Amino acid sequence: MTAGAQAAVTLQGVNTSFGSNHVLRDISLTVAQGERVVICGPSGSGKSTMIRCINGLERYQSGHITVDGIALTRDATSLKRIRRDVGMVFQSFNLFPHLTVLENCVLAPMSVRGMKRAEAKALAMDYLGRVKIPEQARKYPNQLSGGQQQRVAIARALCMQPRVMLFDEPTSALDPEMVREVLDTMVELAGSGMTMLCVTHEMGFARQVADRVIFMDGGEIVEQGAPDTLFAAPKTERLQRFLAQILRSH
Amino acid sequence: MMGGYGGQFLAGILLTLEISVCSYLIGLIFGVLGAAAKLAPWRVLRVLGNLYTIIVRALPELLLLLIAFYVLAGALSGLAASVGLVKSDFSFSPFLVAVIALGFIQGAYVTEILRAGVLALPRGQSDAALALGLSFPVRWGRVLGPQVLRHALPALGNVWLNATKDSSLISIVGAFADVLKVSSLAAAATKQYILFYALAALCFLLISVVSMWILNALHIRSRRGLHIA
Ligand SMILES: Nc1ncnc2c1ncn2[C@@H]1O[C@H](COP(=O)(O)OP(=O)(O)OP(=O)(O)O)[C@@H](O)[C@H]1O
Ligand SMILES: [Mg+2]
Repeated sequence: MTAGAQAAVTLQGVNTSFGSNHVLRDISLTVAQGERVVICGPSGSGKSTMIRCINGLERYQSGHITVDGIALTRDATSLKRIRRDVGMVFQSFNLFPHLTVLENCVLAPMSVRGMKRAEAKALAMDYLGRVKIPEQARKYPNQLSGGQQQRVAIARALCMQPRVMLFDEPTSALDPEMVREVLDTMVELAGSGMTMLCVTHEMGFARQVADRVIFMDGGEIVEQGAPDTLFAAPKTERLQRFLAQILRSH
Repeated sequence: MMGGYGGQFLAGILLTLEISVCSYLIGLIFGVLGAAAKLAPWRVLRVLGNLYTIIVRALPELLLLLIAFYVLAGALSGLAASVGLVKSDFSFSPFLVAVIALGFIQGAYVTEILRAGVLALPRGQSDAALALGLSFPVRWGRVLGPQVLRHALPALGNVWLNATKDSSLISIVGAFADVLKVSSLAAAATKQYILFYALAALCFLLISVVSMWILNALHIRSRRGLHIA
């Protein structure tokens, strides 16, 4: 974390409601360039909603969000610029089933960045190599295991050469034996200096790579800090209860 | 045996296909518009879309065709003439009116099919396409549209088969020698009812078999990447 450098992501007083359900309450958060933030909290606490606000998949009613200094407004150009720079990986992979792995990876670079096919293909093969499945490039997503699909999804997002990566419970839909391969990919990505915001309950991963862990409950950031401090000495009763639950279920 | 009706039958098949293809293409356009309206965030459009599908699917096709031909086309050409767009003796080509009217009817069914296909898309597909920054045309043209079509293809095939049969309604509004018309004229003139109606049946069967064969090939192609795991 370099003090003074422009923040990668900022949220200031962000509020979101779905009807009468006030899901995010005055969320403020600054993520530095290269910082790795893990977000955890009970179901329904607003974790997904918060990170989906950052790339405009969810609207917010009040507050300000910036990504790389660009203000996220309802104006289409700001949304376009931000989505170009922010990659996202979902719990359910969301690969396009009718396109091959390679086509999944080259679609956005070609249509959004205007890359030539050959260039986009070379880039995609490079990232597929980094997530260790270059040999699957010609297959369709449904021919791959869950872990492989999620690694393709990571490669697909990286092909846009984003400056920030968002992860929403990337390992929650995986069989236990495939969690490791996806986490390894993410650890490697963290090592490359990528700014990451990751919703996950994988405490081992948080310990290993997170600069900061954020605990959310009821639409608020209740507690945050370095993983070791936070896990070893939770200050609030809510976090204590949550950690006890996580330990029990793991 | 066919008493020189062979050539007329061939021309009849071509006309039947011509009517079917034109009305079907128009039906697809109405269907896309109708589905877009029914799924639109604006209430006015949703109401219009609902009225369209409810009314068209409730009324007999023959009635709709008669309304289009004797009421709407007449009113429209009268209006166009009154503002000086066309001469006062102008009237729309019966082929055009019939094809648009048949397309409008098919469009109501296509609307429902496409709407269901869009609703069947997992939300994550649209999320992922948006998150990648894909523009509206690319999102629908490359990601969502093909998946909707894949889902809708069997039902759209049924609409096509109906289009080939409904094409014979055109002879209500003009002297068109489509397959059915040719066969009834030939049957009446020669009294060979069995022969000529059987021939007509055979023509429709042929169109349908070839269509199903093509649809099946399309269906297999559209399922690339599916149901493997
Ligand atoms: N599109 C939506 N429409 C209405 N309500 C929604 C929508 N998305 C989320 N919510 C509500 O917002 C609240 C927070 O949801 P969110 O998905 O952000 O929680 P989460 O912390 O990610 O939970 P989980 O761990 O289960 O994924 C929940 O009460 C949920 O029902
Ligand atoms: Mg969630």
